[in-house]
Amino acid sequence: MSFMSNDFQVLFPEILLAIGGMALLVLGVLRGDRSLGLVSWLAIILLVATGWFVLFPLTQFNRAFHGAFIADDFARFAKILILMGTGLTILMSKEYLEREKIAHFEFPVLLVLSTVGMFLMVSASSFIAVYMGLELQSLALYVLAAFNRDSLKSSEAGLKYFVLGALSSGMMLYGISLIYGFTGTTEFSVIAHVVTSPINIGLVFGIVFLIVGFAFKVSAVPFHMWTPDVYEGSPTPITAFFSMAPKVAAMALFLRAMIVPFAHAAGEWQQIVIFISALSMILGAVAAIGQTNIKRLMAYSSIGHMGYALLGLAAGTTAGVEGVLIYMTIYLITNAGVFVCILAMRRDGEAVETISDLAGLARTRPMLALAFAALMLSLAGLPPFAGFLAKFYIFLAVVAVHMYALAVLGVLASVVGAYYYLRIVKIMYFDDPAPAFDPDMSWNLKTILTGSSLFVVWFVASGGQIVSVAAASAKALLP
Amino acid sequence: MMSHILNIITFFPLIGVALILITRGNRETTARNARAIALISTVVNLILAIVMWANFDNSTADFQFVERFDWLGYGIQYHVGVDGISMLFIVLTAGLMPFCILASWESIQDRVPEYMIAFLLLETLMIGVFTALDLVLFYVFFEGGLIPMFLIIGIWGGKRRVYASFKFFLYTLLGSVLMLLAILSMYFYTGTTDIETLIRTAHFPVAMQTWLWLAFFASFAVKMPMWPVHTWLPDAHVEAPTAGSVILAGILLKMGGYGFLRFSLPMFASATEYFAPFIFVMSVIAIIYTSLVALAQEDMKKLIAYSSVAHMGFVTMGIFSLTHQGVEGGIFQMLSHGVVSGALFLCVGVIYDRMHTREIAAYGGLVARMPIYAACFLIFSLANVGLPGTSGFIGEFLAMLGTFAVNTWVVIFAATGVILSAAYMLYLYGRVMFGALVKPSLQAIQDLSLREIAILSPLVIATIALGVYPKVILDVTSVSVENLIAQHKTALAIDRAPKLASVSRTGAMP
Repeated sequence: MSFMSNDFQVLFPEILLAIGGMALLVLGVLRGDRSLGLVSWLAIILLVATGWFVLFPLTQFNRAFHGAFIADDFARFAKILILMGTGLTILMSKEYLEREKIAHFEFPVLLVLSTVGMFLMVSASSFIAVYMGLELQSLALYVLAAFNRDSLKSSEAGLKYFVLGALSSGMMLYGISLIYGFTGTTEFSVIAHVVTSPINIGLVFGIVFLIVGFAFKVSAVPFHMWTPDVYEGSPTPITAFFSMAPKVAAMALFLRAMIVPFAHAAGEWQQIVIFISALSMILGAVAAIGQTNIKRLMAYSSIGHMGYALLGLAAGTTAGVEGVLIYMTIYLITNAGVFVCILAMRRDGEAVETISDLAGLARTRPMLALAFAALMLSLAGLPPFAGFLAKFYIFLAVVAVHMYALAVLGVLASVVGAYYYLRIVKIMYFDDPAPAFDPDMSWNLKTILTGSSLFVVWFVASGGQIVSVAAASAKALLP
Repeated sequence: MMSHILNIITFFPLIGVALILITRGNRETTARNARAIALISTVVNLILAIVMWANFDNSTADFQFVERFDWLGYGIQYHVGVDGISMLFIVLTAGLMPFCILASWESIQDRVPEYMIAFLLLETLMIGVFTALDLVLFYVFFEGGLIPMFLIIGIWGGKRRVYASFKFFLYTLLGSVLMLLAILSMYFYTGTTDIETLIRTAHFPVAMQTWLWLAFFASFAVKMPMWPVHTWLPDAHVEAPTAGSVILAGILLKMGGYGFLRFSLPMFASATEYFAPFIFVMSVIAIIYTSLVALAQEDMKKLIAYSSVAHMGFVTMGIFSLTHQGVEGGIFQMLSHGVVSGALFLCVGVIYDRMHTREIAAYGGLVARMPIYAACFLIFSLANVGLPGTSGFIGEFLAMLGTFAVNTWVVIFAATGVILSAAYMLYLYGRVMFGALVKPSLQAIQDLSLREIAILSPLVIATIALGVYPKVILDVTSVSVENLIAQHKTALAIDRAPKLASVSRTGAMP
């Protein structure tokens, strides 16, 4: 491939995804909506191929466009997670789309395009690239949230997400412009040289606005308001997607955009991160208790989980970054399983979403209930499930930097949070059965659910390998 | 096989779980198979535990049957082993399990495979607690045990099972998470989570010890349970099915005491010394207050639950006397209480299965219709009181003996607890067993069935045998306890010589 410059070789996975996504679009347009199945499978193949080139890059170089783009180990780790999130979403969506009569071929195409945006986000090493990636993924997500356009709730979700997303993008841009104004550059590595403590008050404003934007994307308190509504209104596979890939991308971007350029201003941004992290943990735990809709509950759950993940950033160390990577891995895989369970909540062909519909599931569908219970207990962070180790590595990092108050707050919030996860287990196991769910579950869903629930059990036995990969990836960000 | 026996014992019940999961058939067949598989695997596990006990070397305080593998990165290992302190708890756990399965043979008819799976999982997790020699591993087992117990209480429990199961779970979880933070900060101070290394070499600064001790205390005090954080126990006991109560009283309560012995005494020596009077006060309050509360109970299970809290008061008192007799007494009391309270709950279960009530007032004059039952109940009641000749006496006596050397007043108050325990147990016995059999519902009540005799008679034998010949137990624990006291004293000496401590501290840093 001599005609390709190094820049393009570094960027090859993104280029492949973008061109592939557009080719799928053309295919879809030519063949119409009945091509959804074909487009879906081709999209999966495309994702796998991209994954291959992420793992085995064409070139040794990992920087492109004068350092605006960087494909280091950290980015690679996040990209694999993102690909998993997208792939799992496509696999779990087909059946749902057909049932809901929204089986349009654009669905996988939009997911792929959004993935391109996320790839740019996690590899961005300049604020211009950050903004481009962010907007690309967001635009696709706005459409996906409103994908069921005949449903009032879905349209509302899309519109809300769009308005608030635009607002947060605006704030972030304002922050970026301030940072540019006070440092004269948008490159992370250059900013890192320019910013030294004590930093200029104008720059602090810039950082604050930037964090507001990121906090919105990871749905951290107090910028979480959109989450429950969007989660509830969006088509369920898209809700699953929201809780998986974009969270990973936004979290990875958040980490890089704080730690790399503002390494010498850690004191300034850390206190904000501590604040939003603590609030998210508390709100996620408390507000979820009163929920009756399972998707809204998962929205608050994800707010809480982002709070825990942000603890790793608050620590600001390699161990913290490693903790976040492990956390996101476990969170993503667990959530995939949870949303399969939510997708399986159908009665007489209609999707049901209230928590009380799960009553007595252990009698009507014992295996489904068992898997769901394991996933819930994992999300609650109870040993021996993977979720415990996710929190464990995070707290390991927090305690290492002596943030004891934050750690105590975190574990207390996790006890409160355990209540509502246990409540679901209680409803499934202790209560008298509600009418059974429709028994048919596609093989895709069954496989994802089995894999996910085995993962949360398996991790405690031999998750050490994932931990060491995460450790190596974290070093790329913070040697 | 001997080199892997510990892992075999720990994970053997999981084979039973797998077998139950793969059995197919209609409800009756699966239930029958599940019962049989559970019984066989618990009995085999008991035999294995006894084999291990037979191969246990009494003359050393080192950890035996040790195994270790790399596990979670950061130097955290899967490291297991037993010494004289943990050895018998494993035997106790494995020993009570078959009785639990047998006790549930007829009383549990609903979702039997799930029930048996929960118990087998619980067995693995409980044994794991006593074998773990890595803090993180310990925590995983310690916390993991909550989940099956939560399900056991919540699914097969009584009327207020949901309330009781949540209270049990959240109470103990709240205590444990603080311990997790303490574990993490210990890791960052010493660079290891290996319990053996920590006991031998780690010396934390005194101020840090205080916090660590309190964090561990939060967890163990709830688990014990000590007054005033005992309120989850009566609820959990009353609502749990019989076998659940047996496990709760017999094993889960012992994890707190075991934790104090394994962590607080050797690792936080100064803090232990500092807090010992505090523990004495709490123990005495527990002994007297909960005994008085027990006296007023209307529900048999609740009465025994409160008496458990009182007996655990003796355990904490003995352990924190920091004398050889006191600690041995504490351990003996835990083992004896495991057998006796387990047996008492089984006894309550016997009449509960017949009458479906635990109200004391619903019974009376049972001795006329159920002589064998009355005899068994009497032996366990007296053992619970601490009558000489039963196992209950040895533990209480040693604990008081050890404490007497340290603080006379504590023992004077604690000894009144023995009198109170006689009061509530005999009062209970009198109301249930004696008097005229006038209640029409009791006219046709049957004495023990063969299955029930098979369950209770080994426990009767164990109670009396341990009371008459306590040497079998004390021989196993003696060397380890002596070593524990010595470690505690050495650590204390280092803490009191600040300069020396700082040298060894840098030595322990990563």
